[in-house]
Amino acid sequence: MTDQGSFYQRDRAWHPPPFTPDYKTSVLRSPQRALLSLENTISEMTGPVFGHGMLGEFDNDLIRNWAKTGDPVGPRIIVYGRVLDENGHGVPNALVEFWQANAGGRYRHKKELYIAALDPNFGGCGRTITDEQGHYWMRTIRPGAYPWPNRVNDWRPAHIHFSIFGHAFAQRLITQMYFEGDPMIWQCPIVMGIPDRSAVETLVAALDRSNSIHMDSLAYKFDIVLRGRRSTLFENRMEGN
Amino acid sequence: MAQSLDRLKESPSQTAGPYIHIGATPNHSGIEIYGNAGDLGRTMLGPGAKGERILVKGRVIDGGGAPLRDALVEIWQADAAGLYNSPQEKRGKADPAFTGWGRQPTDGVTGEYRFETIRPGRVPFVDGRLMAPHITFWIVARGINIGLHTRMYFSDQAAANAECPVLARVEHRDRAATLIGARSEGAGEAVYTFDIHLQGERETIFFDI
Repeated sequence: MTDQGSFYQRDRAWHPPPFTPDYKTSVLRSPQRALLSLENTISEMTGPVFGHGMLGEFDNDLIRNWAKTGDPVGPRIIVYGRVLDENGHGVPNALVEFWQANAGGRYRHKKELYIAALDPNFGGCGRTITDEQGHYWMRTIRPGAYPWPNRVNDWRPAHIHFSIFGHAFAQRLITQMYFEGDPMIWQCPIVMGIPDRSAVETLVAALDRSNSIHMDSLAYKFDIVLRGRRSTLFENRMEGN
Repeated sequence: MAQSLDRLKESPSQTAGPYIHIGATPNHSGIEIYGNAGDLGRTMLGPGAKGERILVKGRVIDGGGAPLRDALVEIWQADAAGLYNSPQEKRGKADPAFTGWGRQPTDGVTGEYRFETIRPGRVPFVDGRLMAPHITFWIVARGINIGLHTRMYFSDQAAANAECPVLARVEHRDRAATLIGARSEGAGEAVYTFDIHLQGERETIFFDI
């Protein structure tokens, strides 16, 4: 069996629909026409792959990759897990990028409106590439919750944004990681755009005390699943596809 | 009861949010990081890249007619010979001086994105027929819950467009025009303007692929 089959159809009912009016910005930014369904062509079954050689020593360490005068403020955490496909196979050499607010809930961005303080030692972004089994890990500080202009007094639960490249452009995905036990997850209109509670739960990282480091960092486990490919056993395709 | 398929579900998408530029183009956001290489995808062309240089630009426009100033646009395309610079490309070896992948923010004032790239060659559809030259687009932003896939075709490739099996799928023929980048003449290179309309009369065709 090779891995050259096309990708399983994306289950659109599992993802948030484009139009989620409680998340107000989606109202004018959601396509209203039906998507045009298209079997995968080579334009979607290929994609850029990035080499480990491009990574700097601290790219996956948000505690160190921007520090100017010392460590950033906030609870030190490790986030680790695997990038898998829907068949349960690890995805090697997957570029994973992450960005987040600081411990006070403030982003380093000129359009940010929240009055919480910037941290001079925290940039808020990082990246890594999975190993041969699809494992990745990063170190950071736990981001704070923050208010945002949606409904009055809407707050985002603490979260880390993830952007993931598999091996094909059809697998391209951006999502967010939430933290086990946070009651604000279930009050957030962005999260609650996901129709199925069990789908939301797959975005909630588990606190992993066993992998926490004594007097140093808590650990959270967060696996990410990308689209998987059909077996080619029963497909009859033209050469070159 | 039957045996389980033991299949996982894809992680649900969540919006890229208002600060996608921090994660994807940190240097553009004023966060100087990752050394001298700059933001990933900023440059698609290496020294000696083969093919005709072109500029692809446009805006992402919401249902109120306003351009998105906080969007991120990624493109993926074949090289001049119609090969993808990807380990999944089994038909040959693409030009190593051309990455095929670009990533740009929309401008914080004008909302415009710009890609300096090359004209792609033609690649086959699943049945072996050639598709017209095209560039795959993927758009994310605040308010977009799941990334949007579309394609730009070229206004000056009418013959190839007329026989493209993907363009032929468009049932309402007037909508096919939403996938065509319009050619104009720039400083020594062709310029293609491709505005992406998220809603309205001119809503761009987006693909479920």
